[in-house]
Amino acid sequence: MTSLVPAGDFRTTYAADTTIFPTVTSRNCAIAGIGVLCLAPFVLSQYWLSILIQIGYFAIAAVGLNILVGFTGQISIGHAAFFGFGAFTSAYLSTKIGIPAFFAIPLSGIATALVGLVFGLPAARLKGLYLAIATLAAQYILLDFFSRAEWFTGGIAPASAEPFTLFGYVLRSDRQYFYVVLAYLIVSYLLVTNLIRTRDGRALVAIRDHYLSAEMMGINLTKYRTLSFGLAAFFAGIGGALYAHYAQVVSNEGFGIERSIVFLAMVIIGGVGAVMGTLMGTAFMVLLPEVMEWISASLRGGAIDRALALNNNIAFLREIAIGLVIVLFLIFEPDGLAHRWRQIKAYWKLYPFSH
Amino acid sequence: MNLELLIQLLVNGFIVGTLYGVVAMSFVLIYKATQVVNFAQGEFLLIGAWVCWWLLTKYQLPFYIGMPITLAFMFAFGVALQVVVLRPLIGEPIISVIMVTIGLSTVFQALMKWIFGTNLQPFPQVFAIQTVTIAGLQIQSVYLLSLVVSFAMMAGMAWFFRATKHGLAMRATASDQQVAQSLGISVENVFAMAWAISAVVSAVAGVVVAVVNGVSAGLSAYGIKVFPAAILGGLDSIGGAVVGGVIIGLLENLAHFVDSQYLHWGNLYEIAPFYVMIIILMIKPYGLFGTRDIERV
Repeated sequence: MTSLVPAGDFRTTYAADTTIFPTVTSRNCAIAGIGVLCLAPFVLSQYWLSILIQIGYFAIAAVGLNILVGFTGQISIGHAAFFGFGAFTSAYLSTKIGIPAFFAIPLSGIATALVGLVFGLPAARLKGLYLAIATLAAQYILLDFFSRAEWFTGGIAPASAEPFTLFGYVLRSDRQYFYVVLAYLIVSYLLVTNLIRTRDGRALVAIRDHYLSAEMMGINLTKYRTLSFGLAAFFAGIGGALYAHYAQVVSNEGFGIERSIVFLAMVIIGGVGAVMGTLMGTAFMVLLPEVMEWISASLRGGAIDRALALNNNIAFLREIAIGLVIVLFLIFEPDGLAHRWRQIKAYWKLYPFSH
Repeated sequence: MNLELLIQLLVNGFIVGTLYGVVAMSFVLIYKATQVVNFAQGEFLLIGAWVCWWLLTKYQLPFYIGMPITLAFMFAFGVALQVVVLRPLIGEPIISVIMVTIGLSTVFQALMKWIFGTNLQPFPQVFAIQTVTIAGLQIQSVYLLSLVVSFAMMAGMAWFFRATKHGLAMRATASDQQVAQSLGISVENVFAMAWAISAVVSAVAGVVVAVVNGVSAGLSAYGIKVFPAAILGGLDSIGGAVVGGVIIGLLENLAHFVDSQYLHWGNLYEIAPFYVMIIILMIKPYGLFGTRDIERV
């Protein structure tokens, strides 16, 4: 491994081509980044910490969706329902059955993957947009199930989830829970990054690029489409479970189709098929409502505020912003923030002789 | 067994079903002509109904003036949407286009809530509401009117595709874009036309629903019900969409009957179409009348 990138493509082995960190510096930067994040709970206020935790569990669910959208070229409009299923399952396992949260989180990921397969199996066998429509049905059926199954979700009354415990030590505060989310985030992103480097990951990408060629090369389409859908549901479940143990109360709200659209927005803004981009996209989508809140707060009482009745309508404005961001990114920046980031890096690499 | 309630519900189901059929028809029209799955179909109903409501209440226009203005607006809106948003995306992967329509649906839904509020607004009374008794059944005249309008629109659509030049051009484009282009058909015009017609037809359906039930954000739910209807009928069959819509309407009300009389689960009415959709996707994914070229993998 060299410390500098050569000014050309001189890779001679497949290992060099698929390496995660092209240089020593990039690896050290990643490690340093994680180190800085580990220090965050000591520096940041409660508010910022809660935003970071939010970014954490949403990013895990979003990277699952990116496996589906980015690698396999399918689309899911029911991701929030699977996120919710993970949350309810983990709450159920930890309070009703008494499994500690440490085991309940991965278990609820597996349970969500199984439920995902129930909906994914009929659609993953079909071409094109049928998975989108099947997941739309999944969204509504699962939401209906949440409001109906009182033994599982508590019905109208919200379900409660036990706090996360580690070797008998209860992690109650945000500061401690931050490390749990961070650990899951790092593991998930490492898993997904490595997935693309494996035989299975390449099969998924091959299906996306040309399913007929992929099939002719001996890739089992049904198997890999179902697998990618199961993986997407698995990460949604993990994200949801982390959310459940963070909030410790899971109510029926927030798992609707609006949230599914936000998950799609995270993937699109980050960059379809870009793993680290998903993290940027999630941060963008979590910060977007906050930024809008600040703007409307700073305009409060002004002429613009009176003309548009901003504060009464902030919820609608937020929705409009989410929709607009999706449309504008798809038209003007279809490769997302990850692409922009690569361009910025490329610019500085040769600075000041960039042309 | 409460036979009277059953028949009443089935009649309701048929009437609502024809409206689903009309919306599904305009959804399939876009899919057939431009290969775009339009997740913003329900918002066409919503926008059409709100615009008409606004013209009729704010400017006190009579219905026979307000309605044509609404339709003209929706025509322009459909063309503008296609030209501004969807034309740059021609040639992009299908999931990008789907996601754009999802984004559009969010934007329009929230925009309508922002402009007109979230409350249900009663539609100005356009026609004197009377109750007609047909074969012992009490039916409000607006329901009959909605039925007549639905059938008129279906007949109009059939006439357009069979008897006019533009309809023929659209059918040619749907069957093969390249061949149509080489015959001198402007595919761009056909695309814009498909969106415009779809927007207009949906807006008529939206106004009909608004006349009966009032205008609210709930109108966009019709856009979601379109999927079970279109999948059941076959995603690329216009006639199938109508049949699918009627079946889904009947089925909804049948589910409501079974639920209220026997099961008492509540809410089965809303969710039954989605169960049907999953089953259809499993056993007959091309629907009742769709082309069977969907490859199983």
